[in-house]
Amino acid sequence: MANIDCNKLCTFDEAMNLIKDGDRIFISGFGNAGDPKQLVNALVESDKKELTIISNDLGSPNVGLGRLLTKGKVKALIGTYYNWNPEVAEANNAGKISVELVPQGSFAEGIRAAGVGVAGFYTRTGVGTELAKGKESKEFNGQTYLLQEAIYGDVALICAEKADELGNLVYHKTARNFNPVMAMAAKRVIVEVAEIVPAGELNPESIVTPHIYVDAIVLRSC
Amino acid sequence: MYKFSEDEAKIRIAKYIAKEFDALSANHDLFVNLGVGIPTMVADYTQSKRVFLQAENGMLGVGPAADEEHIDPLLINAGRVKVTETKGCSYMSSADSFGMIRGGHVDATVIGAFEVDEHGNVANWIIPNGKMLGVGGAMDLVSGAKKVYIAMQHVSKKGKAKLIKECTLPITGFGAVNTVVTEYAVFKFENGKMHLTAKADEITLDELKTITEADYIVSDTLASM
Repeated sequence: MANIDCNKLCTFDEAMNLIKDGDRIFISGFGNAGDPKQLVNALVESDKKELTIISNDLGSPNVGLGRLLTKGKVKALIGTYYNWNPEVAEANNAGKISVELVPQGSFAEGIRAAGVGVAGFYTRTGVGTELAKGKESKEFNGQTYLLQEAIYGDVALICAEKADELGNLVYHKTARNFNPVMAMAAKRVIVEVAEIVPAGELNPESIVTPHIYVDAIVLRSC
Repeated sequence: MYKFSEDEAKIRIAKYIAKEFDALSANHDLFVNLGVGIPTMVADYTQSKRVFLQAENGMLGVGPAADEEHIDPLLINAGRVKVTETKGCSYMSSADSFGMIRGGHVDATVIGAFEVDEHGNVANWIIPNGKMLGVGGAMDLVSGAKKVYIAMQHVSKKGKAKLIKECTLPITGFGAVNTVVTEYAVFKFENGKMHLTAKADEITLDELKTITEADYIVSDTLASM
């Protein structure tokens, strides 16, 4: 890590200062790949509260993202799949949190829409189902589509394999998942990486998330 | 009535679908997304080199499950199984992966189901018991993939019919199903009607009726499966 000149590099404490009580927070990851584990730990240990967590799932009870709920930091969840964490249904049944389930593709595209300045889009996914309740529908070419509005966030906690000094990101295999779209859709983007390399070292063709989207970088401790 | 063991039943179902995919890919590449459970087993029986597996968490060209030596914890399929790469595989974001599905580029999806009814409706995402809260990519897959295959045992563990007149559980996709494969029979939906197209030799047509509540038409070209 010699000769690294990265003004986005910050400590986990400094990163937490970018988060306010009540924020809508994107957290990347799918099934234990691509989630910013140490940023999540920092958030769990912080004093932040009343958070809306926007993530595919919520890990398992008292593990990873699950700890946010176990420690009472969650006001609302927006996501796709909570069957791995039965505490979510329990808290929802007890009225302690609100949960919005979104089909995974509509969830991913809704986040991308937010990132690219599109207010919403129409999709065939979920037409007529319980998850269509409250959503506008419209006919196109004789078929019914549902409006999925963009899913906005205040902060994104994401994870990449490597950043360069500017904040360009590359990912590793299926750990990419929601990271690129969450990076585009949040006002403040904090990325956890294993390594920072000099600008120019990453092949420009391999950069998935250009640095324009990245505000802060934390280095994962081994 | 002849009863297959659970393992036998699952293997029969997976093998049948694999054979169909081999035939479908004889002249062109076939892109397939497999759900968890029996659907995943389909990959074990395909012989064709032109069947390519898509995983909705962001991979095209999914290889077999990883053995101890080749595990990469960041290389998983949508069932969270640690898998391997195939030559020519690629990765994409979740948004691009579902774009591939929603955009109609994936030829077929194979999924399990709690219930399928005679209108081609499928219920497979939730049993409203207050303990489950998740949909994942099920709705996206049944509405986006060109063909929807249901791979499931003919009756529930308690012996109840799963092929019924009207789904009782929350629907995943209306009129979404193209093919249902069970250990005893294959049904295809055409023009909103359910057709029995193949049947296991181990069971008679009358016996099949007793375990299938849905109404179906016996195809003139009924094959043995």
